[in-house]
Amino acid sequence: MTRYFICFWAILSREILRFFQQRSRLLSALVRPLLWLVVFAAGFRSALGVSIMPPYESYILYQEYIVPGLCAMIVLFNSMQTSLSMVYDREMGSMKILLMSPIPKSFLLFSKLIAAACLSLIQVVIFLLLAHLVNVDIPWLGFLYAIPSVFLSAFFLGALGLILSNFIKQLENFAGVMNFVIFPMFFMSSALYPLWKIQESSLLLYWICQYNPFTYCVEMIRFSLYGQINATASIVVIGCVLVTGALAIATFTPKK
Amino acid sequence: MSINISDVSYQFRGKLALDSVSLNLMPGFNVILGPNGAGKSTLLSLLTAQRPLQNGMLTYDSLDITTHQRDVMAKIGVVFQQTTLDLDLSVKQNLTYFGALHGLSAKRVIENITPILTSLALLDRLDDKIRSLNEGHRRRVEIARCMIHNPDFLLLDEATVGLDVDSRKLIIEHIRALAQSRSLTVLWTTHLMDEVKNEDALFILNQGQLITNGKCEQLLHHYHQENVFDLYRFLTQPEGLI
Repeated sequence: MTRYFICFWAILSREILRFFQQRSRLLSALVRPLLWLVVFAAGFRSALGVSIMPPYESYILYQEYIVPGLCAMIVLFNSMQTSLSMVYDREMGSMKILLMSPIPKSFLLFSKLIAAACLSLIQVVIFLLLAHLVNVDIPWLGFLYAIPSVFLSAFFLGALGLILSNFIKQLENFAGVMNFVIFPMFFMSSALYPLWKIQESSLLLYWICQYNPFTYCVEMIRFSLYGQINATASIVVIGCVLVTGALAIATFTPKK
Repeated sequence: MSINISDVSYQFRGKLALDSVSLNLMPGFNVILGPNGAGKSTLLSLLTAQRPLQNGMLTYDSLDITTHQRDVMAKIGVVFQQTTLDLDLSVKQNLTYFGALHGLSAKRVIENITPILTSLALLDRLDDKIRSLNEGHRRRVEIARCMIHNPDFLLLDEATVGLDVDSRKLIIEHIRALAQSRSLTVLWTTHLMDEVKNEDALFILNQGQLITNGKCEQLLHHYHQENVFDLYRFLTQPEGLI
């Protein structure tokens, strides 16, 4: 058991160390959602008001509405970035070293996914603290309540990224994944607009958003930030965690 | 402590990279000599389970790599042709990371390899980032790293390619000394003929096939050749076989 813990801790601390060493990565991880919050949301604030809807108990400003979506965006980008680092590791050969371990491959990949989820969590917490500075009112206890939902979402999206990384032979191809996976997932979800607003404008888009699992990540985080549980979203995300986690480990190929 | 490779074939993108290769590696220094594209790296990737075995059998002592992969991994140390160090981490961080992947604590890692670090003149470079090291030093770190878990078998794939003469000499002599002092079974693949010594077990691989094998000095005598270069030319050039 100690061997497993040492191995897990090494993978986790390596990912965290590498993350804080890559200052531009840390910076861009925070600047991206902050731009959305401070510039985009401020601009749309007057155009888009959000009426009372769960989990909110009163009328809220658009800035407050998109914070959970931006948390989920941080998780999404970080998870895909982790996949990028898998492709990089595979190209640079450090993946070979990971797989030379006598510890089971499934445990190593599981540790990698947990490490990526921890990185997402760190970024989300920093973002929420910064959001407070621009007067977005998230309950302080919401930080604590959001931990499991951010973690589950990160695990699901990390596993999804890992599956995708199996189909990417070179780093350059990853840009395509950004365009064909990240952006559609983000924009066709409830991250930026409530689903009922989308339904008013396009029924097709509404159904796409309904079937997009990222929508459920956003909603799970949204409810948890206010100390509530969205049962449907939680069940869908947990289901996605189980399916993508198993698939990621089963389909992982060390060599391309 | 032997490695048995039995009737191993491997097809890659429609091309036969290894064709019914069988060989037995015994404790000591075993050299697989072959030109680029002979199948040396493919064989090594099969021996390290980086690629799945398509045909034949690979065993370390009595452990079959397909059924006892994890047990095998605990017994082998590998240096790949391509550098596999994390450039943004220090020497120490790279070593302890690898040790942890084998379930070893940082303290234990340093204990295990301090003598090796000393002999490779790396002890005062532990805090240096890999990025700041030259190729020769990076290779030394990889040599030290592959010994962290006290393996019984060492597999090195063209470990001296691209290094200057002094670094090559230091590394190969170090590995030879390790093989002798710890009774390791070392597999050294190369296309550099000056790395082969008369007392080495020599395996010549060409176009995916094992051309010959035996003690180097016995092969020289058998084929009436003066040196390894002549032997290699004689066996790998078509006219030499006629």
